Amino acid sequence: MSDEARVAIQRDGDIIAARQKGRDLAAQAGFKGSDLTIIATAISEIARNIIVFAQQGEVSLRLIEKAGKRGVLIIAEDHGPGIPDIEQAMRDGFSTGKSLGLGLPGAKRLMDEFEIISEVGKGTVITMRKWTR
Amino acid sequence: MPVPILKQGGVLIASIQAAVTDQDLVQLQDDLADKVGRFRSRGVVIDVSALDVMDSFATRTLRNLAEALKLRGAATVISGIQPDVAFAMVELGLTLDGILTALDLEEGFDMLTQTSREEDSGVG
Repeated sequence: MSDEARVAIQRDGDIIAARQKGRDLAAQAGFKGSDLTIIATAISEIARNIIVFAQQGEVSLRLIEKAGKRGVLIIAEDHGPGIPDIEQAMRDGFSTGKSLGLGLPGAKRLMDEFEIISEVGKGTVITMRKWTR
Repeated sequence: MPVPILKQGGVLIASIQAAVTDQDLVQLQDDLADKVGRFRSRGVVIDVSALDVMDSFATRTLRNLAEALKLRGAATVISGIQPDVAFAMVELGLTLDGILTALDLEEGFDMLTQTSREEDSGVG
């Protein structure tokens, strides 16, 4: 199995493909049980964010290693409208009406590292990592 | 693939499969609201034991569904949330407050049939 995967996100069915790929790759990194579910859930949230706000984009997944620890790197990228107020988007309960407002802050809680770079009119890149324990 | 809905006495059973899309879940809302009226069902069990992820969209959809069915006169039980999925939901901050849950489909079905039996004997 390859240690890298890219999933084009264009339809809601692609969200499932992305999280299944993520689960496979995370298992390859040595994650177990609930961590696999946690990673798949975080991928589901950021992939849905692409569908809802940008209509299309890409989720890429990669095995990573640092100081003997293995992990997964997940990048969600789109060229959609961008997020005007990231601080607001990352607040629990803030919603544009299409979700519970827990998607991005929730994904951040599920992962070890999480960052968003977004530019209005250009798009959004979300980078997250999780390390094995 | 649409979620299949079975009728068992006064209860409807919907078994959600692993690869359910957002669209399928929205379709399930409409189908169940319609069938509850058509079959005069008093209860619905939605079994999610095959789901490996319950994200904010799935949770919100099921919560709205349970509340809409309540307004239509039917009780909803969500059954079979897997242990790993339950922990991930808690981490995400997702809850199913005020919604009946059961360990598995069988228990969910029993919850609904016992409730209606008690109601029946109460009347008689």
